[in-house]
Parts: sequence; structure tokens; C-alpha cells
Amino acid sequence: MTETTQQHEQLRWKLPAWRLIKYLGLSFLVPVLAVFTALVLGALIIWLTGKDWMAAYIGLWQGSFGSPGAIAATLVRSTPFIITGLAVALGFKAGLFNIGAEGQLYAGALLAVVVGTSLVGWPAVIHVPLAIVAGAVGGMVWGAIPGYLKARTGAHEVINTIMLNYIALRMTEWLIKNRTPYILGDPLDASGSRTRFIAASAVLPHIPNTNLHVGILMAGLLTFLVYWLLYHTTIGFEVRTIGANPAAARYAGIRVPRTMVLAMALSGMLAGLAGAGEVLGVERALKTDFFSGLGFDSIAVALLARSNPLAMIASGLLWGGLLNGARLMQVRAELSIDVIKIVQALIIMFVAADQIVRWIYRIRPHEPGDEMTFSRGWGT
Amino acid sequence: MPSYRRGISRQQIIAAFFAIIGILILLGYAPHLGQPDATISRLTFGLGGPVLDVPTAIVMFSIGIIYFSSGIPGLLRRWERTTRWALWLNSLLFVPMVLIAAAAGKQTNVLTMIAETLRLGTPLALGALAGLYCERSGVINIAIEGMMLFGAAFGFAALIFTGNIWLGVLTAILLGGIAALLHGWLSIHLQTDQIVSGTVINILAIGVTGYLRRSYLLSSPGGRVTLSTIPIPLLSDIPLIGNVLFNNKPIFYMMLVLIVSTHIALFYTRWGLRIRAVGENPRAADILGINVYRTRYLNVVVGGMIAGLAGAWFSLETVGSFDDGMTSGKGFIALAAMIFGKWTPFGAFGGAMLFGFAEALGTRFQILNVELWGSPLPIQFLQTLPYITTIVVLAGLIGRATPPAAIGQPYKK
Repeated sequence: MTETTQQHEQLRWKLPAWRLIKYLGLSFLVPVLAVFTALVLGALIIWLTGKDWMAAYIGLWQGSFGSPGAIAATLVRSTPFIITGLAVALGFKAGLFNIGAEGQLYAGALLAVVVGTSLVGWPAVIHVPLAIVAGAVGGMVWGAIPGYLKARTGAHEVINTIMLNYIALRMTEWLIKNRTPYILGDPLDASGSRTRFIAASAVLPHIPNTNLHVGILMAGLLTFLVYWLLYHTTIGFEVRTIGANPAAARYAGIRVPRTMVLAMALSGMLAGLAGAGEVLGVERALKTDFFSGLGFDSIAVALLARSNPLAMIASGLLWGGLLNGARLMQVRAELSIDVIKIVQALIIMFVAADQIVRWIYRIRPHEPGDEMTFSRGWGT
Repeated sequence: MPSYRRGISRQQIIAAFFAIIGILILLGYAPHLGQPDATISRLTFGLGGPVLDVPTAIVMFSIGIIYFSSGIPGLLRRWERTTRWALWLNSLLFVPMVLIAAAAGKQTNVLTMIAETLRLGTPLALGALAGLYCERSGVINIAIEGMMLFGAAFGFAALIFTGNIWLGVLTAILLGGIAALLHGWLSIHLQTDQIVSGTVINILAIGVTGYLRRSYLLSSPGGRVTLSTIPIPLLSDIPLIGNVLFNNKPIFYMMLVLIVSTHIALFYTRWGLRIRAVGENPRAADILGINVYRTRYLNVVVGGMIAGLAGAWFSLETVGSFDDGMTSGKGFIALAAMIFGKWTPFGAFGGAMLFGFAEALGTRFQILNVELWGSPLPIQFLQTLPYITTIVVLAGLIGRATPPAAIGQPYKK
């Protein structure tokens, strides 16, 4: 009897939903306190600049989750954060710090736009998946490059991914702004800052009269896929092992360089999907400043979820909500949009360096084994 | 990870690279060889200085022959030792080769090119020094970018509000130091992952400087004042190099002084020995009575102040205003320069100048209107030159350059 109960108990913990509850129950405290502390400090900054912080925060709430319209907008805003958060988290699990989500977003979005604009007259059933796959491939290639360089030469992925961000950005600018001949740029657009609009058959399905597209469902699906990949497949095991201890992984016969490239490629693929989703679902064209800052924000989202794929939805929603509510906050309290950027930076700081939060609130320090591997030094 | 490396060696890749370039040059210039009125690349050295008329096709063809003939035997593993010097020679030839090719049928001023390289290399050299101080004491600093941004924004703000440009420079240095203090507190005291801590500062810098700019700097009147050029008496009158080296702006001179003094401090003083001891083996240093925490804090803050000075270069010495993200990745390129220089000041200087040259080359190509397949090279391609150089240099050098042994590990007493 007791044995079956025990088995039952074990089985229950294996279910994803229960894992989520267990996870939240054990470690939600620090991230929540981090967000809270950042908000308090943000209020202090607003107060110091002589503005009404109460009005600002009420505006923030109403603009993000206060009405059905606001919630729909928040969902749309959160989608790329959830997916790129997953991308960064996957890198973290492999001990790789992917700061290059931004470049991978551009790479994915570019290919999605190419497919979205060039094929005309195709049925949506084929066109949409094709454009999404193109986005995935773009991100994957852009992510695999730093992975390969790291595996092959030991060049640190932090520098290489940032360099690739700039290269992707310049290439996008060139493809959009070049006028003789027009490559991807739209001759009808006088400012020359966006591509042509994609064909109607490539647009992601929408709920009529709103911006809410299937991207959020895609984000949910990807969340579970990444969770499944990491914890229920051999590849996931290998990825986590090279993240936890590359030397042990090598000793156990895992091909470390190959797994490294694979992890970066998958991470880039996720970011590319997010880029494709934004282009196909929201803007229907690619602008040069489309993803500015999204790559850095996704790091925060991943850290906020403590790299747990299942927590990424909550973390991404919080981030999207903060950004989406910022507009109303700005209007209500006559604030600069950058205040929300500072609050976000503070959240990142408190979440990433959760030692500060533990120090402020006198929470016991990490237990051994509880620590997260983020990244490694040069050349190792 | 060189230990996994099998098959092709790094030198073979380099040799193949030169062999391919050699073939391309030979194919590209062979048709021009026999022509009666050959194109000439005119290289000048300053106004009224000597002029060098180089017959483009002949010189390029001979460089192509050198590349090709040294690249092919370089592919053979057993000749690796003998061909190594040839490959070094090829690397040295690369710079004049590019200049001659770009200036075909036009003229270009070599001295201006050198001056531009030195000017554009200045923030990179300073950033590399900032990284050097931190990393020699065992703390990874990827926050140089953020510290530069802090320095640039607040330095410019100080200029606007006080009207004194030197107060601006001082503020920039101070703010770099404060940002570094945060980095130190997070990574030394609280033992956060050093790369995460650095990223936090980078993100914070974007938010805070953006807020500062939109809330205070945009609305205030501020002329585009920059630090003025200071010619050094006597030295600036030396022909050819005098004008290039000794007729510059103050932060450039400070960079030169800092490079030399850092070299002396690091390798010829007791303090420098202690820094290196802490970076290599903090436990042993601790046992010998060196205060590891204090040494690391001091170095991180000194590094931050230098990064702040590099920030002042952007807003106060060059542009005369502040833009969002105006450092545009230079902090990370500086790190690559530091790695290129194998964590030594003179090496870092060399690396910084290499990247400065890549950037100067971009603008030079633009001026010379270099064409590719019949249409001018897009500006954006030229702008990516420093970034691509960084990736190539990093891929080629890491593994051969050894970082301080204790880097990245928080010290727990």
C-alpha cells in the first residue's frame, strides 16, 4: 500500500504541471522579491524626478492587464519575449551565454520576409509554414556560427554573438535601404526604413479585429517542446551535461563540440522563430530598428524564469506587460519611456544577481547544487 | 578548445586563406599587366611630403605571386616550420596590398590613414586597458561597453551643466569608476557570475543613459564643443611622423601615457606583481598576506575609470554630443583587442590599432569609392569590417593566448 502511494507520489511529480507547482513553490520567492524591489526603486526614481508614482503604477497596471484589450495587446507583446527567453535559457543550460538573440531575430525575420514577399498566389496552408520554417533556418544558421567558433576555436560566444548582432543589423539595413536596385526595401515607402509587406497568404491567422495572432499558441507549444527536449530526450541530457560539467561530459563520451554547436543552433532557431512570428503576425514587414533591445531583454526574461522553460510563460508575460503598460504609464504620469527601461534594468540586476535580494531580505544563501551555470571564462 | 582539434591545423587554414587571395589577385590583375598606360596608385605622405607612384598591376601581381607561392607549401604539414615566417610576411604585406588596390587610379594619403588609425584605435586601446586591469586581477569585465556609455553620457551632461569640458572628462572617469564599483560589489563581494554582472551593467547603462539623454540632454542647448588639439612643441615639428603623433587631442596622449605606465606598473612594480599573483592564484596570494578582495576592487575600479575616460573620447573628444548607444560595440571590440594582445599593454595597443585600422579602412574605402562588381561597395559592408575582424582575430587567437588562471572565479575565503 505504502509502496503504491510512493510510486503514485513519484509519478505525480513527473507530470509537468506538478513540476511547475513544485518549482514555483520552492523558488518563486526570490524572483518575486526581485521584481518587487525593482518596482519600489522605480517608484523612488519617479518620485525623485518630481512625478506622481501612484498614477504611474496604476497606469502601468491598467495598460498591461487592466482590460481585455490591454490583455490581448500584452499577449501579443509577450510572444517574442517568451520564445527568445527560451532561446537564451537553452543556451544557459548548455553553459553558453547567447547574447546574440537580436542578430538571430533579424536573421530569422529576414528569411521569413523573403519567403513572405517573394511567393505570390500560394495557399496560406503552405505559405505560412514555409515562411516560419525559413525564419527558423535563418536563426539557426546565425546561432550555429558562434557555436561552431566556440567549439572549434574556443572563441567566447559572448563577444562573437554581439559582433554577429551588429553584422546582422548592418546587413538588414543594407538589404532594406539599398535603392539601386531595391533588394528588400519598399519603393512605396519614402523613409526607406522597411521592407515590402508580405503577401496576405503568409500572414499568421488572427482573431478578427485584433492583433492577437497564433504566435502566442506557438510560444506555448515551444515552451513544452523545449521542456520535453531538455528533460526527456538524450540530446537534452547531453546539452545539460556539457553545461554542468564539460569535462565529465567528455569523459562520459558525449561529443562536446557537436553538442555545443547543436545547442547554439537550436537556441538561434528559437530566436529566429520569434523573429518570423513578429514579422508574419504583427508588423507584416521588417523595419531596421525592429528588434532593438529585444535580445538583451530576452536575457532578463530567461534569468527571471531561472532558465526553467515552464516558467518562461509567466516571465515573458510580465516583461511584455511591463512594456505594454509603459505607454499608459507615460501618459498618466508624464514620464519618459526610459523610466520603465530603468525599472527593467533593475529587475534584471536583482534577478541576475539574486545575491542582492537574498542580502536585502536575509534569505539563506544558495544550497550547493542550486546554483545556475551561466557561462564560462575565456577559452575553456 | 584546441585539445579536440584534429585534421586541419590553424596554420593550414591561414595558408589556404593566403593562397586563395593570391589566386584571386593573380586572376584579377593578369589582364592588366601588358597594357601600355598602366594604372597608378599614388600614395602620398602628408601635404607637400614625398609621393610614391606605384604601378598598380605590376605590384599587385607580384604580391599575388608571393601569396600564392607561400600559401601552397604552407598547406603541407611537414613544411610548417619553414613556411611560418613566410606567412608572417604575408600578414605584413596585407595592409599595403589593400591600400594599393583601393587607390588604383587615384591617390590616397598614407599619413592621414595612420592618423585615422591612431585616432579610432584610442577608445579601443583604453577599453582594452580597462579590461586588462580587471582581468589581470581575475575579474572578467564584459561591462566595458556599459562603463564607456556611462562615461560618455555623464561626461557630456557635466559639460552641458558646468560648461567646463575638463570637468566633463573628470565626471566621465568618475562615473566609469562608480559603474565598476557596482561590478566589483556584484562579482567580488556577492560572488555573482561575472559575465552576468557585466551584462547587468551593460543593460543598466542603456536604460540610464537613454533616460538622461531624453530627459535632460536633448532639451538643453549645447554647442558641439570638443577637446581642442594640443600640438606638443618641438616634437610636432618632426617631419612626417611629428604631425601624426604629436599634434593630437588630449585623450590620445593620455592613452599613450597609460599604455606605457600600465606596462611599467604591471611588470616592474611590487603592486603589479601582486595584481598578477591575485589573478593567477588568489589562494597563494592570500596566504602570502595580499588582500585579494582589496586588490581586485582596486583594479576593477581603476579599469572602470579608464573605461570612463574612453567614454569621454566618444562624447567629448570626437562627436561633441551624446547619442543612444554611441559606443556601438567598441567595448567588446576592445576586449578582443586585449585578448589579441595576450593580456599585455603593448599587445593590447597593437590589437586596438589593428581594429582601428579596420575601421579607418572602411571610411577610406568610402572616400575612394571602391567598387565591387561594377557598383560602389555598400557603406554597411564597410561598417561591418571591425566586427568581422574581431570574429576572425578571436577565432584565430584564442587557445594560443592564455588568460590569467583564476579568471572568472569568485574568491571565497
